[in-house]
Amino acid sequence: MTIQAAELPRTGKSRSMTLPSARRLLLWTGLAVLLAWVLVPIYFVALGAFGGRLGVFRWPKTIWPADLSLAAMTQFLGIEGVFNALVNSLIAAGLTVVFSILLGAPAGYALARYTFPGQNAYRLLVLLTRAFPLAILALPLTVSFIRFGLYDTPFGVSLIHTVLALPFAALVTQSLFMGIPREYEEAAWVFGCTRFQAFMKVVLPLALPGLAATAIFAFVISWNEVFAASILTVRERTLTAYLLRILSESPLHYRFAGGFILIIPSVLFIFAVRRYLFAVWGIASK
Amino acid sequence: MPARTSWIPYALIAPSVIFLGALFLVPLVQTIWLSFSAGDGFSLGNYQRMASDLNFSLAVRNTFLLTLVVVPLQVVLALAMATMVTKLDKGRDLVLWVLTIPLGISDLAAGLAWLALLQNTGYLNSALYALGLIQGPVGWLSQETPWALFFAIVLAELWRATAIVLVILIAGLQLIPKEFSEAAEIFGAKPWTRFTRITLPLLKPSLQSALILRTVLAFEVFAVVYALGGRNFPVLAGEAYVWQNDNQNYGVAAAYAVLIMAISLAATAVYLRALRTRPEQLP
Amino acid sequence: MTHPVSLRAIAAAAALFGGITVAQAQETVFYSTQLRPIEEATKVREVLLKGLSGKTTYVVDEPPAFAVRMKAETQAGKRTASVVGALHGELQPHVPADLQPVDDVAAKLTDRGIPANLMELGKLGTNQQQYIPWMQATYVMVANKQALQYLPSGADVNSLTYAQLQQWGKNIVDKTGQRRLGFPAGPTGLLPRFFQGYFYPSFTGGVVTTFKSADAEAGWNALKELWAVSNPNSTNYNFMQEPLLAGEVWVAWDHIARVKEALTLQPDQFVAFPAPAGPKGRGYMPVIAGLAIPKDAPNRAGAVALIEHMTKPETQLATAAEVGFFPVVKADLPPNLAPGIKLLAGAVAATQNAKDALVSLLPVGLGAKGGEFNKVYTDTFQRIVLRNEPVKDVLEAQAKALDALMKDTGAPCWAPDKPSQGACSVQ
Repeated sequence: MTIQAAELPRTGKSRSMTLPSARRLLLWTGLAVLLAWVLVPIYFVALGAFGGRLGVFRWPKTIWPADLSLAAMTQFLGIEGVFNALVNSLIAAGLTVVFSILLGAPAGYALARYTFPGQNAYRLLVLLTRAFPLAILALPLTVSFIRFGLYDTPFGVSLIHTVLALPFAALVTQSLFMGIPREYEEAAWVFGCTRFQAFMKVVLPLALPGLAATAIFAFVISWNEVFAASILTVRERTLTAYLLRILSESPLHYRFAGGFILIIPSVLFIFAVRRYLFAVWGIASK
Repeated sequence: MPARTSWIPYALIAPSVIFLGALFLVPLVQTIWLSFSAGDGFSLGNYQRMASDLNFSLAVRNTFLLTLVVVPLQVVLALAMATMVTKLDKGRDLVLWVLTIPLGISDLAAGLAWLALLQNTGYLNSALYALGLIQGPVGWLSQETPWALFFAIVLAELWRATAIVLVILIAGLQLIPKEFSEAAEIFGAKPWTRFTRITLPLLKPSLQSALILRTVLAFEVFAVVYALGGRNFPVLAGEAYVWQNDNQNYGVAAAYAVLIMAISLAATAVYLRALRTRPEQLP
Repeated sequence: MTHPVSLRAIAAAAALFGGITVAQAQETVFYSTQLRPIEEATKVREVLLKGLSGKTTYVVDEPPAFAVRMKAETQAGKRTASVVGALHGELQPHVPADLQPVDDVAAKLTDRGIPANLMELGKLGTNQQQYIPWMQATYVMVANKQALQYLPSGADVNSLTYAQLQQWGKNIVDKTGQRRLGFPAGPTGLLPRFFQGYFYPSFTGGVVTTFKSADAEAGWNALKELWAVSNPNSTNYNFMQEPLLAGEVWVAWDHIARVKEALTLQPDQFVAFPAPAGPKGRGYMPVIAGLAIPKDAPNRAGAVALIEHMTKPETQLATAAEVGFFPVVKADLPPNLAPGIKLLAGAVAATQNAKDALVSLLPVGLGAKGGEFNKVYTDTFQRIVLRNEPVKDVLEAQAKALDALMKDTGAPCWAPDKPSQGACSVQ
């Protein structure tokens, strides 16, 4: 019954059927523009990546692929240590997801459901982490990491990435839990559930898609973060840190190749979880 | 009815407080201390150096300008995207996927993408050339074309960071019971009225989160600005980075960081006040 | 998570709780700010470090990260790198806190024939050897052959003056409508070195003492004219090889390692030649990279062996051939150099042998203030050239900052300034 209570909004179908065709045309035109807006820059990075050494300097450029070359790409993938770096990235990002959900979601729930002295101080603390440029904390952090043996481990990197991801997790989950009517939970209590049971049976299923979104944020934040990852590691670099360190000073076509390689996983990752992320939306999920 | 104060909320936030205390507050305090200690003992020397630097006022101005332009545009754009997507019956998954792709793209890769478009021999110039609008490569990103550069940075930031707002708003939109809107429709409310009178007010918590996150991040904007314009367009976080890494003066860098934090907190306070949500207003 | 991944996570956690050090015995970690790009780093791993016994790991980092890590490892008392390779100016802030003296290594290398003045630089203003010179480089001009037709009459690229360079740029603007002179004035570009090693010595015969002299004023006015015919994108350029290859810039000044790509890719398209001369001579600045051993290096023996290996004449020649940095030891370059490297070698030789050559040494004794020293010059440039502020006022104001900086560090004058008693000060 709890799931029925969740009876989720916007089946959408009935509305869009009623749209007049002129407005529908307008809608699709708008969407086409937005899709192009997102995709075109990525396409150009791909062109740069496969355009060969001198392709990036051609003038005027054509928007069609010319002189395709895999040289930059293959050289890139052949760099020693890329695989190890990939594993490190996955460990760090995976641990970041776990930590930021475990620490952030309870906090988000507390902020959404309770009024308690000190909650504003807590909000402030969470925000501070985003409001302060982490790069500047690098020196004191590195010193304590070396002392505690966290230095040069993906585990250590994930701790810092959790500092970055935690405010997202807390803020997003807070608005998520705020949006789940308290009455659902109270109803469950009436039916004899404990608070914990009510949370697990009523709130959690409703919150799951939002939590998935939070997890993606955390993963992506960790995956893309360069500065802390490269300061806190020497040999156990994460992929992004490893590539971007090399990249920043390589010739332009390598930079495009590296940029392309960095874009691909995020595109795939978001594709993989899209259904989950927006499950409540789609008729697909019904 | 807010739940009675008990130990529960404290137990819920305790793990994250301990975590942030160890990994964030301690180094933060060390850094703030550093910013106030030039030479020996307490001193405002670092702040004086920061304020008298030739790029300081420019960096402050640019950062505010960028934030004031980019953040509202992102919210509007994200709202437009979200509303369009709700009207879709098929292909919604695919459209949403594409629109959220930039979410996963790192700052540096995003800077690179826009560099490919906007550099002298880039695709924008090639297109203009093909249309006969320009004679040869034209520079858009130089110090002599500050407005073109500003515009380019705004575009790149819109491209890179609108997806975050979109996802937060969609997460919020999902939770607005459709009955509200349907009821309004029955009473004859126009789509625009329904949007401004029902959707927007109910979206407040999400809007608040989105605005706070985006604004705070906008004050730290740096990688994309550097990728496109180098130091032609000084911003606060960029200056902090330069003082730390190029000038190797950690004290002044810390002063910049503390300033950025102060500005972000002030902005947050404004949002929290302006978009206050009372529990009884919630659905 | 896959099985091996979770095992790794457990291992990482075990390392955390057990306090196990991650460093392995007998491995020599070579940590460098030089030869960072993939192709060069690969050459180091696969060619230059071959022949060393024991495992050597070559790790590169950008100078800022290098500085942070060196400091942090010292503070925490745990070191990963046994040997570090960096520029003279990058090693300087780490004396004496993060480096250990290498007098014993210097004693072993007396037969290498490293010139005494280079070894002296390696002391970084102290009484002990702090680093062993590793490789050297300098800055050159590179021009697209298309630009040569616009050279002012009577001008020879190998003995160019700043006035002729300006005229050349102006001719190009007049004929092609494009400003095609270029300087690396971007955020990580080396423009500060242009002021310290080229512009100031050439126009004033000094770097610090003559900072606000009448000669300097004249020089800055000349630079404004030069800038008027330079590509406005210069403030975005970090490496001149990119705009040279793009044809966006036809005539450029930069570090040899940062134009190398253009010359090796299209040796037929470009020429390389010395930087121009001003009223006081043809200022130029050698660049020295050194090898040093950090405090508490985990494998000092391996570090010493590596330094010995890298300074062998054959390794030094291989370094020149593979990555385009020139030897610090006595060794003649082989005739079979790649055409691009040959062009660079020619320009470097022409610079060193120029009759009016005026060498500008690297600053010694600035310690961690090296970055702020650069800032004085780039700020002056920004204000005078980019923001068009009155030359005299700016020089007056920046001279104060420079003076304060020199007093703070107590650094004595270095060539081409006349030696000073105590801190070098602006006249």
